[in-house]
Amino acid sequence: MCRWMLKRFTAVFALFLFMPLALAVPLMNMPYGVTPMSHDIYRLHMITFYICCIIGVVVFGFLFYSIYKYRQSKGSVAANFHEHPMVEILWTLIPFLILVGLAIPATIVLKDIHNTNESDLIVKITGYQWKWKYEYLDQGISFFSTLSTPQAQIDDPKEPKDQWFLLEVDNPMVIPIHKKVKLLVTSNDVIHDWWVPDFAVKQDAIPGYINENWLEVDKVGTYRGQCGELCGAYHGFMPIVVQAVSDEDFAKWVAAHSPNAKAEAGGLIPTAQAATRPLSKDDLFKIGEKQYATSCAMCHQPTGQGLPPSFPALKGSSIVTGDVNKNIQLVLHGVPGTAMQAFGEQLDNQTLAGILTYVRNSWGNDALNAAHKQAVVVQPEDIEKAR
Amino acid sequence: MSDMATAIDKHEQATDDHGDHGPAKGFKRWLFTTNHKDIGTLYLLLSLAMFFVAGIMALVVRVELFEPGKVWVTPDFFNQMTTMHGLIMVFGVIMPAMAGFANWMIPMMIGAPDMALPRLNNWSFWLLPFAFLLLTLPLDKELLSMLGRAIGISIFPGAGPAPDYGWTFYAPLSTTYGPDSTDYMIFAIHMMGISSILAAINIVVTIFNMRAPGMTWTRMPIFVWGWLVTAFLLLAVMPVLAGCVTMMLMDRHFHTAFFEAAGGGDPVLFQHIFWFFGHPEVYILILPAFGIISEVVQTFSRKRLFGYIFMVWANVSIALLGFLVWMHHMFTTGAPYAAQLFFMYVTMLVSVPTGIKIFNWVTTIFKGSISFETPMLFALGFLVMFTLGGFSGLMLAIAPADYQYRGSYFVVAHFHYVLVSGSLFAIFAGVYYWLPKWTGHHYSEVWGKWHFWLTAISMNITFFPMHFLGLAGMPRRIPDYALQFTDFNQLATVGAFIFGFSQLIFLGIIINSCRKASAGVNEHLPNRVWEGARSLEWTLPTPAPYHTFATPPELGHETH
Repeated sequence: MCRWMLKRFTAVFALFLFMPLALAVPLMNMPYGVTPMSHDIYRLHMITFYICCIIGVVVFGFLFYSIYKYRQSKGSVAANFHEHPMVEILWTLIPFLILVGLAIPATIVLKDIHNTNESDLIVKITGYQWKWKYEYLDQGISFFSTLSTPQAQIDDPKEPKDQWFLLEVDNPMVIPIHKKVKLLVTSNDVIHDWWVPDFAVKQDAIPGYINENWLEVDKVGTYRGQCGELCGAYHGFMPIVVQAVSDEDFAKWVAAHSPNAKAEAGGLIPTAQAATRPLSKDDLFKIGEKQYATSCAMCHQPTGQGLPPSFPALKGSSIVTGDVNKNIQLVLHGVPGTAMQAFGEQLDNQTLAGILTYVRNSWGNDALNAAHKQAVVVQPEDIEKAR
Repeated sequence: MSDMATAIDKHEQATDDHGDHGPAKGFKRWLFTTNHKDIGTLYLLLSLAMFFVAGIMALVVRVELFEPGKVWVTPDFFNQMTTMHGLIMVFGVIMPAMAGFANWMIPMMIGAPDMALPRLNNWSFWLLPFAFLLLTLPLDKELLSMLGRAIGISIFPGAGPAPDYGWTFYAPLSTTYGPDSTDYMIFAIHMMGISSILAAINIVVTIFNMRAPGMTWTRMPIFVWGWLVTAFLLLAVMPVLAGCVTMMLMDRHFHTAFFEAAGGGDPVLFQHIFWFFGHPEVYILILPAFGIISEVVQTFSRKRLFGYIFMVWANVSIALLGFLVWMHHMFTTGAPYAAQLFFMYVTMLVSVPTGIKIFNWVTTIFKGSISFETPMLFALGFLVMFTLGGFSGLMLAIAPADYQYRGSYFVVAHFHYVLVSGSLFAIFAGVYYWLPKWTGHHYSEVWGKWHFWLTAISMNITFFPMHFLGLAGMPRRIPDYALQFTDFNQLATVGAFIFGFSQLIFLGIIINSCRKASAGVNEHLPNRVWEGARSLEWTLPTPAPYHTFATPPELGHETH
């Protein structure tokens, strides 16, 4: 660890020496972005920055000149003046006028941010601890979007990391380019904030409020962002990925993801509770293992040991090795005021049955359940009955 | 020389008259003291201790951010560290340090024998150590149980998490979702609030009633003016904070729903109340600092402060405007257009009086006779870097651009430039400036300069890259980050460690001076330790005797 840290230190110092050169690298500045709004905001940012630079040159020039010229060691004798009202008025008025000059473009851009009228597509975005839900209100599409970086990459410093470490999700939001997309942003629990720097959209997701913002992307591509408001332990682990696609591709995506299409293909319906067909224990365990990693492992950990006291262990837990109906109720309805959400609203019967089967059979819980004479297999039908 | 001799004679008479009022011995001196100098010392020592506590927390944060992936601590503990670092630095370091300066210097600067309400003064200090004990209780318990485990006994096995929702403790994360220790925080804030309100009352009453004859409002040292304005700010907003945390307590335990949307409440209301306190609060942290910088700059330029009256009015207008800008912390909460416009304009307006102050300081230096003792170095560092923080502040004021900056590392960079190279540098400047007067010992300029240069350089290595991180899209308060942010974060971590260890020099200087003072070493420093210093405290012997100005001084023609 020590040698590797030393190596990094040297690299880092080299970087500091070349910091001024690096100003040309886009990473150092606000992205120009891919929406008209992000272009406007970028320009506003640069104007303000240059004005600050000019003021800086004047003020620091005057300061450094005075420090250099009037050193006691060079025999400077202090002058006796100590007020001059005209100068004061001057340096009150000039900054004021500069500010007025800045306020005008800022006012215009701000008005534009608030213009959410006449949109072509409406997407409702709901923040959850710690994932996003996207609902295409007119298309009937609705899905959750969770971090897809494997837990091992997060926990183990030696594990090689993906290019988009912590900026990748299982289901990205998809939008068409050159269309005005209206965003309705809200939250299910605490305050989150939906932020994609390339769009210059940052909107707080507040429980009880539906905030509006909009975007119109002019380039096909994948854009990434993160939650911008501290929302609990995994605030840094709920990224946003948006794919901007052409009109045709968007139409295809909608067709493939609309509820009817899914049902025809025999897939699961995201919100429906229909699939109650019994499955084998192995199948359930496999479904559960996969979904546990997405929905549960962040808090309860891949080892099932949790992170007490905030996140209790599932390994040997009295609930997971106790009455199965209580266990189902807890997963369906959550624990109010904690990060344990009501998963009944988020996951279908099959998935929930899989997760419950998985946790009741893992980390030695199967032996405990056998000892307590409790069920280890939960079928989708059990979930449906308990809803 | 004869000047000093008469002063010492006078002082000896004074102490003869009050022989039985000298300091008590042992801990009782500090526990029961009503002496403004002792209480000032206590405030400053508490602040020093808290500075290291919160500094270590910052280093834990920086270690975790050294590279992507988990380095050392869990995300939950990381949040506890950022939260406690913020709360302690604001309430436990900057505010008590400024109160320490107020206690020590205000009576000596206005020619008063002590603060107007000495017993209240004692209470307002002694509330604080207990407030911080309460605030940090979960971490203290955790530390004890760790030590216990090391020697094989179990103490406090089930310490819950400390507050972990950021120093702004937004509802509902801190109410419905907050850990049990939130209640400790609520009562700790109540205690700090009472302490601040009492201290503020004391300062206002002292300045209004106890100025020496001839110490008119326009002759008052600018430091005293800065504190007078600050005291009124404290009186106005600390009760608002108290109301805010009381509403939290009600929400948590008494079934109200002030901030709970599901019960008809409003989470945004919390932010309005918090920032109505929070924005004036940042001026509470900086206005006394402005005062210290004004004193130091004029002393080491050997020239009177330029534009005294304008400096006073700039203080007052910053304070008044400070009440009308709170929503600039909430531009992305879905505020209506008109509200955003109003708060954007007023926020931009704040830069006018702040600019006036900077221009006046620079003009004070202009055509002076400048020397570069440690206090002056810190003051010059303040001038340059606080101005940089002002620039990023102006950028943040532009509401549309704020949509990009808000909640990112750009904000972290901004407020560390105004609080570290602003308030903290002013505190360093003030300590070096008055330390000889307090202890009778002149600190080592060589070590002082090492402290300054290491601090100033490492502060920039730490916080300057954060501007870039924020602009590139790194949110604040995240324990782990995407790969492209790695280099700048490592740079910041390296800087933070240099910064942290440089403060040991400061600690050494303080310990050395205090040791010499308590050993009674007399270095025969002149009354006017700095030849350019003008205000009243420099007419007193060095070190300042336990009781000063038992009879009011006669003011000459010299002003401020």
